[in-house]
Amino acid sequence: MELTLWTYEGPPHVGAMRIATSMEGVHYLLHAPQGDTYADLLFTMIERRGRRPPVTYTTFQARDLGGDTAELVKKNIREAVERFKPKTLLVGESCTAELIQDQPGSLASGMGFNLPIISLELPAYSKKENWGASETFYQLVRGLLKTKVTDNHKHSPNAWREEGRRPKVNLLGPSLLGFRCRDDVLEIQKILAQHGIDVNVVAPLGADPSDLIRLIDADINVCLYPEIAETTCAWIERNFGIPFSRIVPIGIGATKDFLKEIHELLGMENTNPYESEQESKLSWYSKSVDSNYLTGKRVFIFGDGTHALAAARIAKEELGFEVVGLGTYSREMARSVRSAAKELGLEALITNDYLEVEKAIKESAPELVLGTQMERHSAKRLGIPCAVISTPMHVQDVPARYSPQMGWEGANVIFDCWVHPLMMGLEEHLIGMFRHDFEFTDGHQSHLGHIDKNDDKAKEASPNHFFNKIESDPSNENPIWTIEGQEELSKIPFFVRGKIKKNTEKYARETGCKKIDSETLYDAKAHFST
Amino acid sequence: MSGAPQLLKETGPREVFCGLTSIVWLHRRMPDAFFLVVGSRTCAHLIQSAAGVMIFAEPRFGTAILEERDLAGLADAHDELDRVVNNLLERRPEIRTLFLVGSCPSEVIKLDLARVAERLNGQLNGQVRVLNYSGSGIETTFTQGEDGALSALVPLMPKAESQEKQLLMVGTIANSVEDRFIKIFNRIGINKVSSLPPRESTKLPSIGPGTKVLLTQPYLGQTARALQDRGAEILKTTFPLGIEGSRIWIEAAAKSFDIEESLVNTTLEPLINRAEKAIRPYKDKLSGKKIFLLPESQLEIPLARFLQRECGMHLLEVGTPYLNKELMQSELALLPEKVRIMEGQHIENQLDRVREQKPDLVVCGMGLANPLEAEGISTKWSIEFVFSPIHGIDQAADLAELFSRPLHRHDLLNKTQLIHA
Repeated sequence: MELTLWTYEGPPHVGAMRIATSMEGVHYLLHAPQGDTYADLLFTMIERRGRRPPVTYTTFQARDLGGDTAELVKKNIREAVERFKPKTLLVGESCTAELIQDQPGSLASGMGFNLPIISLELPAYSKKENWGASETFYQLVRGLLKTKVTDNHKHSPNAWREEGRRPKVNLLGPSLLGFRCRDDVLEIQKILAQHGIDVNVVAPLGADPSDLIRLIDADINVCLYPEIAETTCAWIERNFGIPFSRIVPIGIGATKDFLKEIHELLGMENTNPYESEQESKLSWYSKSVDSNYLTGKRVFIFGDGTHALAAARIAKEELGFEVVGLGTYSREMARSVRSAAKELGLEALITNDYLEVEKAIKESAPELVLGTQMERHSAKRLGIPCAVISTPMHVQDVPARYSPQMGWEGANVIFDCWVHPLMMGLEEHLIGMFRHDFEFTDGHQSHLGHIDKNDDKAKEASPNHFFNKIESDPSNENPIWTIEGQEELSKIPFFVRGKIKKNTEKYARETGCKKIDSETLYDAKAHFST
Repeated sequence: MSGAPQLLKETGPREVFCGLTSIVWLHRRMPDAFFLVVGSRTCAHLIQSAAGVMIFAEPRFGTAILEERDLAGLADAHDELDRVVNNLLERRPEIRTLFLVGSCPSEVIKLDLARVAERLNGQLNGQVRVLNYSGSGIETTFTQGEDGALSALVPLMPKAESQEKQLLMVGTIANSVEDRFIKIFNRIGINKVSSLPPRESTKLPSIGPGTKVLLTQPYLGQTARALQDRGAEILKTTFPLGIEGSRIWIEAAAKSFDIEESLVNTTLEPLINRAEKAIRPYKDKLSGKKIFLLPESQLEIPLARFLQRECGMHLLEVGTPYLNKELMQSELALLPEKVRIMEGQHIENQLDRVREQKPDLVVCGMGLANPLEAEGISTKWSIEFVFSPIHGIDQAADLAELFSRPLHRHDLLNKTQLIHA
């Protein structure tokens, strides 16, 4: 049993709903009690979808449990098929129905419908949403393609050349409630088109069951979101010999590598080495003089596996940040996040507990947090700027404007989103110069405009409060800050002040110093910088 | 009074919240209580999706998520729950009352939360009171969760020392509204007024044969029975929504306290006059418009009565997840003849009727609102009525405003489009 106050991922059947709702012509019969229907609002409110998800919930009640819940399932299947006339029916159960074991999948198969029925088994007590989405997509593709599997598949990813046509690829993984998928697909389609590569099928987003049958017409698969599509891509590779790309094109370096990988898989030559500079402003903006102030900014990263990994690479290689924390809630991607963290000299944080993440943020004293909407709230409480890089989705993560994460335009979007919360270079310089003027108050920083002076929580996070606390916390073991020492400490930028204070006290204790003045502070600073 | 409304029933797939959702407003009313759902990841996800949990540093509700190994043997689940509760209470020492809330999975595996609560109460030595109730979707809809929570509190209410008459308001209402009601009751001479749930979970009002109960919310059948069993009298009246409903509600209390009618009239008259003036612009907007209420909160019938009698709206269909005829008697009597009251739901058939009848406004759950808006039908979320201060004479105009806003917006945007076209 696990105490959960908030969770990054929903249950696995919500993942299945993401696949069903992303597609056309699919209906999902979900054996579930009333209340589970809340999941509709994820799509109609967060994504602002103008259509209900294609889901029929059986909404069984306690009084049905004594009777024939199987009959209830069949009645709902019959009505759903008649009303919605799906091309493919998904049948599954939520956590409660899993316990009563009606096996709705077999019930549906026995009803004599002339349409493909995919039975989903998504263990609700051990798995989560992304796994559920991945499994559903896999079962759906497998269910529709298994009759086409032969022992001797002769797939050549270079066949387009002999056949005298442009190469064509599938874009796999984009789904509703995935981070910026709608715009990522457009961006990648655009880039591939510039390279003379056509898109055969995009799935699950916008695909029809008949599109899934056409998946095997592509030369290669592009796995855009491994959390959702890797299992499916691997199955297609095993059974049809169609290879798939591994690199997720988020950031300049990754987009370059992605194009290289795609070209190699297709046996093509990538002719334009200057493409990234021509197409994206990130590299130049990052080199421009104003960005000098970005150097070594301490950044903490937490999100789903794909976006956390991409963010770490961009932060380090493309913006010159220092990554001081890296983690994910995607257990399925824990291994790759661990090794990426190790390369950065960090230990990865793999957890589903947002309080643990908040604690890690506090301890690493970052200047910027890249996280989920939950980290945005944690960072707000801590008075640290934040940009959102990953699901779980919030209505703000479905912007009206075109706003991809992938490809060249995605890199532009990322530069703006990450850098705007920070003070611009000149602004930071001015604040440093004028911060002791009487007109200036410490909470003035534009990016922290959300700190409300009347809010106790905000006060706690604000530097003045923090400073006052120094005096009100005298214990025998702790060295005492002299007035002069306090004044010096207050001159240190607030976002590292906590760490400096902690380090100085630690140093004072270790060296037996009882009173901390400005000299102790600088001694400690020198001590810890070596 | 007019003739009887048509009481209809429908079964089929439903689109409603389960009782766990009521934790969202209950925890705000009692800041010293924690609500621990014993359930699945779905339960946790439901509550956070309905409540916008991220705004809390640490919310006063959570879920003990059952995992595979808990399902393997019940003995484990009990130990595990003890562990989770002890960790929680260590972390949150300010908690005085802990509600263990049953869910669909905990009910299906027959996890006996009453026994768990009893055992924990023994261990905790009265430092924290542990109670239990079910908010499961197989037994409860949305607001019925509050009914369960309040019923769990009733046995802990101290016995009134005297037979002296006292008034007890039952059901969560906004604190400001509660204060307003108390002031009005004081003005007409009812001085001993208390509330269930109280603002502090440990300060439960006393109860006895002198207790006269006014229900502020229509969904408290089980609580009403439990209060009756403890000797209280449930005053049969309307619910305090709108000017008329609130007036009749206050008058019912006055009558049972033998307050002179003229005192009640002179006290309420200025309030009523003021409210009637305030409601007029909204009434102009709403009058003659057609409304369809989908079932969710059980507030639908009193709201329909208000909208029809005080705002002049035309009622196409009034859905309710559950109809307690006894508690709803005074409300039903005020509804127009032949109005369709639909208990239960077949969501698809009901939406067919919505489309057929082309209402100007639909009251519905959060999941359905945007799809209806996309079809050009204005909507109002039913969850807003349990979050907003809508009770009482003074709030009647605010209540009307909640319904007129979507219509106003609809007109506003369509007018703008005409200009641009």
